[in-house]
Amino acid sequence: MIRYLARKLTIYLLTFFVAVTVDWAIPRFMPGDPIQQLLGRMHAQPGSQQALTSYYTKAFGFDVPLWKQYLNFWAALFHGDLGVSIANFPTPVWELIRGAVPYTLALLVPAILLSFWAGNKVGALAARRKVLDNTVLPASYVLTATPQMWLGIVFAWVFATTLAWFPVSGAYDFSLQPAWTWEFFQSFMHHWVLPFLALFLVAFGGWAIGMRNMIIYELEADYSNYLAALGAPTKLVRKYAYRNALLPQITGLALALGAVVAGAIVVEIVFSYPGLGTLTLNALQNRDYFLIQGIFLFLIVGVLLANFVIDIAYVFIDPRTRVGMEGGS
Amino acid sequence: MAVSTGQLQADIEPVPPGALQPAAPAPARRSEFLYFAFRNWKFVLGLAVVLAFLALAVFGPMLTAHKPLEFSGPTASPPSHAYWFGTTSFGQDVFAQFVYGLRATFLVGCVGGGIAWLLGAGVGFTAGYRSGWIDDVLNMLTNVVLVIPTLAILIIVAAYLNVHSYVTEAILIGLTSWPWAARAVRAQTFSLKTRDFVDIARLSGRKTRHVITTEIAPNMSSYLLMMFILLFGGAVLIGASLDFLGLGPSASVSLGLMMNNAYSASALLLGLWWWFLPPGIGIIGIVGGLYVMNVGLDEIFNPKLREL
Amino acid sequence: MSLHVDDLTVYYQSLRGDVKAVDGATFEIADGEIMGLAGESGCGKSTLGKSLIRLDTRMRYVRGSVELDGQELPVWDDARMNPFRFRQVSIIPQYALSALNPTRRIGRMAVELLKSRDVAVDAVLPEFRRRLELVDLPQDILERFPIELSGGMKQRVVMVLSSLLDPSLLIADEVTSALDVSTQRAVAELLVEFRDRGFVKSMIVITHDLSVLYQMADSILVMYAGKLAEKAPAETIVNDSRHPYTQLLLSSLPEVGVRYAERRLKGIPGRPPSLLEPPAGCRFQARCPVATEKCDEQPPFCPLEAGHEAACWKAVA
Repeated sequence: MIRYLARKLTIYLLTFFVAVTVDWAIPRFMPGDPIQQLLGRMHAQPGSQQALTSYYTKAFGFDVPLWKQYLNFWAALFHGDLGVSIANFPTPVWELIRGAVPYTLALLVPAILLSFWAGNKVGALAARRKVLDNTVLPASYVLTATPQMWLGIVFAWVFATTLAWFPVSGAYDFSLQPAWTWEFFQSFMHHWVLPFLALFLVAFGGWAIGMRNMIIYELEADYSNYLAALGAPTKLVRKYAYRNALLPQITGLALALGAVVAGAIVVEIVFSYPGLGTLTLNALQNRDYFLIQGIFLFLIVGVLLANFVIDIAYVFIDPRTRVGMEGGS
Repeated sequence: MAVSTGQLQADIEPVPPGALQPAAPAPARRSEFLYFAFRNWKFVLGLAVVLAFLALAVFGPMLTAHKPLEFSGPTASPPSHAYWFGTTSFGQDVFAQFVYGLRATFLVGCVGGGIAWLLGAGVGFTAGYRSGWIDDVLNMLTNVVLVIPTLAILIIVAAYLNVHSYVTEAILIGLTSWPWAARAVRAQTFSLKTRDFVDIARLSGRKTRHVITTEIAPNMSSYLLMMFILLFGGAVLIGASLDFLGLGPSASVSLGLMMNNAYSASALLLGLWWWFLPPGIGIIGIVGGLYVMNVGLDEIFNPKLREL
Repeated sequence: MSLHVDDLTVYYQSLRGDVKAVDGATFEIADGEIMGLAGESGCGKSTLGKSLIRLDTRMRYVRGSVELDGQELPVWDDARMNPFRFRQVSIIPQYALSALNPTRRIGRMAVELLKSRDVAVDAVLPEFRRRLELVDLPQDILERFPIELSGGMKQRVVMVLSSLLDPSLLIADEVTSALDVSTQRAVAELLVEFRDRGFVKSMIVITHDLSVLYQMADSILVMYAGKLAEKAPAETIVNDSRHPYTQLLLSSLPEVGVRYAERRLKGIPGRPPSLLEPPAGCRFQARCPVATEKCDEQPPFCPLEAGHEAACWKAVA
C-alpha cells in the first residue's frame, strides 16, 4: 500500500513539475512576442510604450537569461506569487483567483458528488428494470453528448428569460453584498440552481451509463453466479455487484475531473457566474497572460490534489490494492 | 470523454463449450458482422443520425446561396422561407453557419479523434506488448498527461498561439486527449498478449510486428473501432468548448463559435432561439448518435450481449 | 437419499435455434453413491449437472422430472427451487477459482450468505472452521481476501462452503480438470472423504477424465452428444463396457508402460454431431465401428443387467 501511494505521489509530483514547466515555457516558445501583442491591444501612447515595454519585460522576466527565468518562476511560485494581473492592475493574480474559487467550488463540488451518487444509483436501477433501462439509457446518452454550455444557454433561455423562474446571471442579486445572512443565502441559492443543473445533468448521464454497464458485467460474474447457485437472494447478489461496480466508477471519477472542471468553466461563462470560468474568459479576452497562467496553475494543482485524495480513498475501499497483486500461486 | 469505462467491456468470450458446433460452416466473418449489424437498431439508428448530419455537412452548403459570414439578410429574424434557420443579430444566415459549422465539427472530430487514436493505440499497444522499462516509461508519460486537465492545457496553448485553422485546433486536441485511450488499449493488449494463440505464434518464431498485426490486432479491431468513435465524440465536445471560449479560429465558423457569438450578442436575453439551439442540437446529434452507435457495435461484436 | 431423474431435457436457446444439450436423461443415484458423469467436451454433462440446481439464462427447461429424497425438485421454476439450493442440492462450480467475491473477506461473505439463507450462523460457524481445518486450510483464512489465496486453497474453500449445510446431493463440476495429477488425487480423495464422513449424501462428479472417476466413483454414467450412453458400476464400465463409445473412449486412454510403437492409441475418428440438428437415430452412429441400419432408430437407454444400462442395439442383442 505504501508503495502504491508512493508511486502515485511520484507521478503527481512529476506531473506538477511538467505542468509548471509547460506553463513557464509556452509564452517563451510560442511564435510571436507577447509583449508586443499586449501593447498592440492597449493602444498605448507612444511615449509610454518604452516604459510599458520595460515593465513587462521585467514582469515576464525576459530580461534575465532563460535558466534564471525558470528558477525565478519556481521561487515565485513557492512564495505564492503568481504575478500581478495585467487587466486588473494592480490586483495580484492570487487575489483574483482567491475571490473566484469559492463560487466555482460551490458549483463543482455538489455537481460532482450529487451526479456521481444519483447517476450510479439510477444506472444500477436501470440495469435490473427493463422499463427504466429503456428510458434512462437513451436519455443518458443524450445528456452525456450534450455540451454543458449549450444546456446552460437553454436553461437560461427557458427558465430565466422566458419563464423568469430563475435569474439569468450572477451568483447573487446585484444589490446584495456577500455576507452570512439569510437574505444573501436565498439569493445565492436562487442563482445557483440553473448553472448547477446544467453541470449536474450532463455528468449524471455519464455515470448512469457507466454504472448500468458495470452492474450488468458484475451480475454475470462468477461470484454472482455462485451466490445464485447457492440460493442467495437477489438482494445480496445485487449488493455485492453494486459495491464491485462502484470501484471502477471511482477510478473513472478521477479521470473525469478534468472534464467536469472544463464544463464548470463554460457554464459559469453562460451565467456570468463570478467563478474561475468568467475570470478565465476575461483573462483571455484581455490577453491577461499572468492571470491565465495563474488560473492554469491553480486548476492543475486543484485537479492533482483531488486525484490524489481519490487515490488514497481508493486504497481503503478496494482491498485488492492493499494486498498487492499476488493472486494465486 | 464523458462516457466511462463501462462502455469498453468488449471482451469477446466463447459461447458455452459444445453448444454451437455446427455441421455446416459458420457464415463468413464479414457477412456475420453485417448480418448482426443491421439487425441491431441502436447501431442502425446511431449510424443513420450521424450519416444524416454528415450529409448535411457535405451537401448543406450547396443548398444555401449565402455564405456563413455574409451579412446578407435582415437582422435577428426568425426562421422563414428565405432563411430556414433565421438570421443572426448581424444578419447572417444561421442555416449557412450551421452547415458550414458542421463541416468544421466533423473535421475536428476526425483529425482530433484520429490523432488521439493513433497516439493512444500506439502508446498503449507498445506499452502493453513490450512490458519492461518501455512500459514503465510510457506508463509514466501516460499518467502525467492523463491527469492534466485537457482544457487547461488547451487554454494556455491557444491563448499564446493564435489558432488559425481547425486542423491546428484538432491537432492540439488530439495531442492532449490520447492518454485514457492508451491506458485502455494497454490493458486490452496485456490481456490478449497472455492468451495462448499469441504464445504459439511467438514460439513458432514469428517476428514481433507480424505477431501484432496477425494475432493481436484483429482481435482488438473491434475494440479499436469503438475507441475511435469515443475519441471522435470527445474531440467534438472539447472543440466546441474551445470555440465557445473564443480560442478557436475566428475567421471561420463552427458550432461552438456559433454559440459563442450568440451568447455574446445576448441572443438568449433577446430570445433568438433559432440562433443558439441548432448548434447544440447538431453536436448532440452527432456525438449522441456516435455513442448509441457504439453501444450497438458493442453488442454486435460481443456475442454475450446480443439479445436472443 | 436417492435421486430419480426422468426424461430430463434441457436445451440452450440460440439465434439459430435450440441446441439440444441434454435430451431425455433418465437415471438414478442411490443413497451414498458417488456417480461419475463422463463424456467429451460438449456432450451435455455440465448442462445436466447444472440443470439439477440452477438453470442459467441461456438454458431452457423442456420436460422431465427430478425427484430427490422422495420430493419433487421444481428445476423449471427458479423461485421455487431456491429453498432447495445449498440445503438439499449444492454445487462446486466449474469456476470455483473465481467463485468468491474478490472484494469481500471470505468469512464475511460466508456469514452474509448464510444469514441470507436464514441459517443460524452461530451454530454453523464452528463446524465451518472445523471443516476448513480438515481440508488443511489455516484458521485465519476467514479473515483473508480471495486474492491472498492460491488456486488450490480457493477451491478447497469453495468445496467446504458448498457442502457446509450437508446437502443430499453435491454436484462437483470439473473440479479436477485444471489440476496436476497429484493434486487431482488429493481432491478426489477429499470428495470421497466428504461422502464417507456424511457431509454429503450422494455426489455427481462431472469430468471428462475416466481415470479419475475410476479411482473415486461408485458408478459412472457416460454421455454422448446430449444423450446417455451407458451407466454401470465403475468397475464394470472400465472392464466390461458394452457401449461402443465407452469402449473406444477407454481405448483412447494411454496406458502406463505401453509404448506407442507397440500399440497405437485408438482414437475415435470424426466429430460429435451438431446439437442444433442432431441426427434422428443413434447419435454415435456416424463414428461407430459396429453401426448397422438398425441404428437409424434411436436405441432406448435400457438395463442390460442389474445396475448396468446402455443405449445401444448391439449391447442389447
